[in-house]
Amino acid sequence: MTPLVLTTFTAMNALGRGTAAVLEALTAARTGLKPCTFEGVRLETHAGEVAGLDDLRVCERLAEFDCRNNRLAELALEQDGFAARVAQARVQYGPRRIAVILGTSTSGILETEHAYQQRDPQTGALPAGYRFATTHNLYASTDFVRRYLGLEGPAAMVSTACSSSAKAFASAWRLIAQGLCDAAVVGGVDSLCRNTLYGFASLDLVGREPCRPCDAQRGGISIGEAAGFALLERPERAGTHSGVALLGYGESSDAYHMSTPHPEGAGAALAMQRALACAALAPAAIDYINMHGTASQVNDSMEDRAITTVFGTHTACSSTKGWTGHALGAAGITEAVISALCIQQGLMPGCLNTRTIDPSFTSKVLLTNQSGDVRRVLSNSFGFGGSNCSLIFGAHP
Amino acid sequence: MIELWIEGVGIYAPGLVGWEQAASVLAGRQAYVPSEPPRLAPALLPADVRRRTTDHIRLAVEVAGEAVRHAQVDAAALWSVFATSESDGAISHYICEEVAKAVPEVSPTRFHNSVTNAPAGYWCMAVRSQAPSTSLSGFDASFSAGLIEAGVQVGAERCSVLLVAHDAPFPEPLHSVRPMSALFGAALVLAPARSARSLARLVVTIEPTPRALSRLPDGGLDGLRTGNPAARILPLLAALARGEAAELFLPYVHSQALRVNVQPFEESKPAQK
Repeated sequence: MTPLVLTTFTAMNALGRGTAAVLEALTAARTGLKPCTFEGVRLETHAGEVAGLDDLRVCERLAEFDCRNNRLAELALEQDGFAARVAQARVQYGPRRIAVILGTSTSGILETEHAYQQRDPQTGALPAGYRFATTHNLYASTDFVRRYLGLEGPAAMVSTACSSSAKAFASAWRLIAQGLCDAAVVGGVDSLCRNTLYGFASLDLVGREPCRPCDAQRGGISIGEAAGFALLERPERAGTHSGVALLGYGESSDAYHMSTPHPEGAGAALAMQRALACAALAPAAIDYINMHGTASQVNDSMEDRAITTVFGTHTACSSTKGWTGHALGAAGITEAVISALCIQQGLMPGCLNTRTIDPSFTSKVLLTNQSGDVRRVLSNSFGFGGSNCSLIFGAHP
Repeated sequence: MIELWIEGVGIYAPGLVGWEQAASVLAGRQAYVPSEPPRLAPALLPADVRRRTTDHIRLAVEVAGEAVRHAQVDAAALWSVFATSESDGAISHYICEEVAKAVPEVSPTRFHNSVTNAPAGYWCMAVRSQAPSTSLSGFDASFSAGLIEAGVQVGAERCSVLLVAHDAPFPEPLHSVRPMSALFGAALVLAPARSARSLARLVVTIEPTPRALSRLPDGGLDGLRTGNPAARILPLLAALARGEAAELFLPYVHSQALRVNVQPFEESKPAQK
């Protein structure tokens, strides 16, 4: 496929605001996970919470969109000069020629959770101030972002659980390739809420300690919240850019189970193989794989098998969820940004918090950060319902 | 510009149960009577699986199954796009009620069924498809957002795509803040080229100027169209049912419209058995 450059990108998560903060934490091997005290939730776990969101509100002109999810989105848009760079693209192409394709799993459902705690004792009605369409509704954050940036091109909110904001890249590429727009803001946002904290806990997927991807003693996931965005354009029209391009994408379905991946990773392997074919690259061309690596028993085993099947045992790989936690619908964009930083910095992170790699694993999982020539990175995102997406990023002059 | 060929149709809503019957109503040969449809029990879901699903999931699988049978294509080979304004309202209500308690105990099955792509997951499992699938929302314009996504998939990947639009009313107290008049599901099998199976050619563009949206002449049907986001497909299905070429304007995001030119090849006939 014809590559698209990431003209600029940004991320906000438990590691901090913007790519400098994320990179600093990666190189310092410092986790953003802390004991979870979110809204008095009674779960013994660690979470990747973004500090200070309770005290903020979205901008006044979009006040009806105010909720944790959209506050996170707005803060992220203002990091790394992202919104300003999009404004330049808006002048260059026109607002209708820039798409907004984002991913989320729970959108602004926290507002609904709050509203359910304030139901009328007689009628059970939700409080008068509650706004559904601009918070809970799945499309709300895409609507917020496109209004914030003044964009009027094709738009949608992809919601495929943990692969959402990775699939957004594929969707945007197709829109540009088919001429419906010239550029796209891709990314995603998901914020902490009781739905996912208690929901994942009910499936025994949530661990007590900060998550340890690929660890022999891994005890489950740490949930995180995050927002991230990238501006995608054709290289010849992009002007100065980040030096990183989207080279390929691969998508697949497991067709196996709603909440457990195919044990041999057949669907995951298929997504990686399709991404390689899309990018016209051999497996050996990939320098580093950013795993989905949630630290659940089943995901990490499955992913190890799938990576070995496609790449053999010599391709460096790791999960960075020990830093950020699992940002669910925003995991794809969070790890796309991390992959881009790895290419820019020649960094291959190890599995943070992990002590011993599972001895049954056969792929080359890194325990500590490595430096080197990182020209091509493959990033995996695998979600409930068997939704798989692999993205390939590469250095682009 | 997006160019697509329709090969199969599925539909399920009050008074519009299955394409054969719905086409008769939409073509004006039969009056529209919004009678309660039969209980959803798609054959593609084995009973033990079906028991764990909700109407939101069964609705999507039901219409997807009908469209694929109508098209007589290999279900597993189809890419799929599931367009829904909201994920499962019944489960959203259940989980929000549960987590409002001092000691929440969320059902794991209902939690994994709460993801927007649960219908897609069950569909892919039912037909053993490893093809890519996406689920997305555009609020009231979800059908159009799905049509655009399906269209660029067909164009860019040269594949056939199953497009499903589905939404179901919420229980209270959510129903009052997001009313839907009835449940509605429809599905199209869309192909990249004309074949013997083609029912119609579609050309889709994003309109540069504001347009009056296409409506249905029957008040009851038009009420359904505006009462459920997925039912915004109805003018397209009506043109197909009448076998008449039509230029339609369907609502898209940001108060824009899609211009959809429908060119049926013949008045719609029921699938050959």
